[in-house]
Amino acid sequence: MSTATFRRLLATMATATSNTPMEDLIRRKVTEALNPKTFEIFNDSHKHAHHEPMRGSTSKETHFRLVITSNAFEGQPLRLRHQTIYGLLKEEMAMEGGIHALQLKTRTPAEEERQEKKNEE
Amino acid sequence: MSLFTRSLLRAAGRPTTFAPTTSRITPLPSLLFSRYLSDSTRAAIDKAVATSPVVLFMKGTPEFPQCGFSRASIQVLGLQGVDPKKFTAFNVLEDEELRQGIKEYSSWPTIPQLYVNKEFIGGCDILMSMHTSGELADLFEKADVLAAGEETGPETAKNPAQPTDG
Repeated sequence: MSTATFRRLLATMATATSNTPMEDLIRRKVTEALNPKTFEIFNDSHKHAHHEPMRGSTSKETHFRLVITSNAFEGQPLRLRHQTIYGLLKEEMAMEGGIHALQLKTRTPAEEERQEKKNEE
Repeated sequence: MSLFTRSLLRAAGRPTTFAPTTSRITPLPSLLFSRYLSDSTRAAIDKAVATSPVVLFMKGTPEFPQCGFSRASIQVLGLQGVDPKKFTAFNVLEDEELRQGIKEYSSWPTIPQLYVNKEFIGGCDILMSMHTSGELADLFEKADVLAAGEETGPETAKNPAQPTDG
């Protein structure tokens, strides 16, 4: 078996038995809807595993932080940008054992560049 | 409704001097979350957001927040110098109807939620972002909800958005 074939096989196995179904779903939905320039997902669930609302929860995917840079946010106030994301993940946020907390950083490429320049100063 | 009403009464018992500076009511952006919102719940929340110029729906109380995001939001309001007399917090953990209702009312699935002069501003991330950018200071200034008088305490001195001349 060639290395490439082996890698492909491994990749297939990884998707079939993903340890991060929620993260995968978020990635797919956001990517499809917003075509982001950059998109990072941070799973902060372990930091919150011991607080009261998580009692009895076995999910390892409850608290997420999304950092999204997309042209789709152009001309939109923050509130609208967040509402777009919430709309995409409505079911996942409403369902029992689903997403409990979602931190969002939503910027346009221009805003990202401006902020990064500012941070360098 | 009982607990919700009770928190309203408690809020009303405080020495609030609520005089809305604007009668503008922002139309709700979508019906995304409004499936289960009954007329009575909507009316109760209408009343709640009008309790004070600044209203925060949170988990726990300002003294004992039950969630890190609610705690952070309270801290930002404190740093900004919001006048306690113009502020009311509602603990959504005390009332399941409020907890679910407010999400639908604002088309916003998470707590905390901030209202200024009955207008929905956003959740914790938006507060933080507006705090950093200076937009929040402008908003509070325009809404006339900041405590008058001397700037006291090291927190306010550190905030560049606050006037530092005394």
